[in-house]
Amino acid sequence: MMAKSNGKKLLEVSGLTMDFGGLRAVDSVGLDIFEGEIVALIGPNGAGKTTFFNCVTGIYEPTAGEVLIHPPGGTSKRINGMKPNSITTLGMARTFQNIRLFPAMTVLENVMIGRHCRTSTTILDAILSSRKAAREEKETIDKSYRLLEKVGLANEADEFSRNLSYGAQRRLEIARAMATDPFLLLLDEPAAGMNPQETHDLDELIVRIRKEDKLAILLIEHDMKLVMSISDRIYVMEYGKEIAQGTPREIKENPRVIEAYLGEEAHA
Amino acid sequence: MANMKRSLGIGLWFMFLTLPLMVVRVNTINQEIEWRWSNMIWVGICAFAIAWLWQFSINRRANQRAHVAADAHPEVEKLSFAQRLADDPVLSKRVLLVAAAAAVVFPWLVSTGQNFYHVNVMVSALIFVVLGLGLNITVGLAGLLDLGYIAFFAVGAYTYALLSKNFDLGFWTCLPLGGLMGMLFGIVLGFPILRLRGDYLAIVTLGFASITKIVLENWDTVFGGAAGIANIPRPEFFGMALDGRQKSVYTYYIVLALVALTILVTNRLKNSRIGRAWMALREDEIACVAMGVDMARTKLSAYALGAFWAGLVGVIFAAHNNFINPDSFTFMDSAMILAMVVLGGMGSILGVIIAALALKLLPEYLRAFAEYRMLVFGGVMVLMMIFRPQGLINNMRRKYECDTVEGNHDGEK
Repeated sequence: MMAKSNGKKLLEVSGLTMDFGGLRAVDSVGLDIFEGEIVALIGPNGAGKTTFFNCVTGIYEPTAGEVLIHPPGGTSKRINGMKPNSITTLGMARTFQNIRLFPAMTVLENVMIGRHCRTSTTILDAILSSRKAAREEKETIDKSYRLLEKVGLANEADEFSRNLSYGAQRRLEIARAMATDPFLLLLDEPAAGMNPQETHDLDELIVRIRKEDKLAILLIEHDMKLVMSISDRIYVMEYGKEIAQGTPREIKENPRVIEAYLGEEAHA
Repeated sequence: MANMKRSLGIGLWFMFLTLPLMVVRVNTINQEIEWRWSNMIWVGICAFAIAWLWQFSINRRANQRAHVAADAHPEVEKLSFAQRLADDPVLSKRVLLVAAAAAVVFPWLVSTGQNFYHVNVMVSALIFVVLGLGLNITVGLAGLLDLGYIAFFAVGAYTYALLSKNFDLGFWTCLPLGGLMGMLFGIVLGFPILRLRGDYLAIVTLGFASITKIVLENWDTVFGGAAGIANIPRPEFFGMALDGRQKSVYTYYIVLALVALTILVTNRLKNSRIGRAWMALREDEIACVAMGVDMARTKLSAYALGAFWAGLVGVIFAAHNNFINPDSFTFMDSAMILAMVVLGGMGSILGVIIAALALKLLPEYLRAFAEYRMLVFGGVMVLMMIFRPQGLINNMRRKYECDTVEGNHDGEK
């Protein structure tokens, strides 16, 4: 059950609870992520996975629990209730289940937004077109373009992002999140709505990102083939509660998980 | 053919509808009823023609859409003139030079002797160009719907009027002060509405403008009430005395310089880190925040900068008119400025300028048509929104230059 011991802990969530009025969407869930790991969070629809994500990334403020991050080479911080932009600045970036790009901006500009929190050109710099502004602008463009090359969208750089195909939009979201220089990437159903070929490419992309950029990745996913092939560890949620965790092999054989996914009859 | 039939139906229907109004007339002097059948025929013909033209343009537009959808290649997409202009720096520089030269010689072409009516009209129009460009920051770029923009204009105008009346401060001292006051009010208004968006935001800004106007109207010991403030000095020119025409021309150049400055600043902001954050905020607030953009700061800066230009140009307005009262700052004016931004194309500098000039100059020069001018004006706006809802100029794509290490900008795939 215990995770690989060869890494430093990056994210430490314990007892995370989120209530919406009388509804407990997430019920004291704990989760750890270590350096260089790919961790999957799975569970049936409505299990509270996305709510969990939103709590960790600051979109919601959790009702109870602790969310701690330990940036590599930085000091640990408790991030419950911090604003999403501060959390992103600390080094955790995310994508969205229902794609949220900036449709009327070009593909390149979408990625450039990700660089916002790593640059510091002020209004005055921009108005005076100072040397610093020009330098930062150039760096932003080059870095963003490099990221587009990585996800295979360099040829579409000047296209409006709304004109991209579905799979390409998902890859663009990943590039945009990567532009914030994260140490931990949170992907919310990156393969949703993709065809098998696109899913396969995504699989490769995620593995490559982890290897090249030394990132840890937490992903929510329904595509079991993808989850089982790339994850180091898996957490399973059902009705807001965590029901299992372990390696892909352990999860596959866990009776609670089989029950949650297939129902009791099928299990019997 | 179906088109013909429908238009014919519409023509007949209109002939019937307007029968009592256009055909029958009771002549009260001779105590008899006149039947003006020729009117009916004219109504029929006109209604038919308009209906046919209407159908025709709608169909053509639908066809165009289908056509664009059919070939998915963006390269085939017809580039608009504006896009070509933006993509070609040499052409755009030339066009800009010609426009600038025309603007500079304008007062000498149209004003002869003591006739400077056209210059004054142009000054008012240019004031609205600056207002349009300022609101373009808030609404067009950052997507924060502001229905009370005119309030900041009023703040600027009253700043100058009061400072010159009570403290004898000159125009050039008050110009930046007016801008700063506008900015201050922008921030003051911005704070409470940081969490609002869309319709709610619009209502609050509308309320803010109403409050401003009511305060100006009723606090007469300070603001002069409904009577306003008169005898506001014109801009001074190194202590020289200017006659009426020279004053107008001088003001014209001041506004023109301000327009140029506004264009320069908004253009630079738009293509900077700040401008991109504004646009991202407009496109998707949650995604924008999740990508590390500080929403509070970005929204406030959009408000403050938008209000800044209104305050600045408010000072010029007060100086140009010599007189201000709360009636110059009504909701109609806010709506007019908003219309400029929407008609011009959200976020497009060139579009907003064209729309502002058109919206201010057309009603002025259509005076010959007297009571019909507002009708024509309204009709044009409706047609515009049906056939070009995205505004005059929109969908501009900015291309970025980047040198790649691998040099495969158009390789691969």
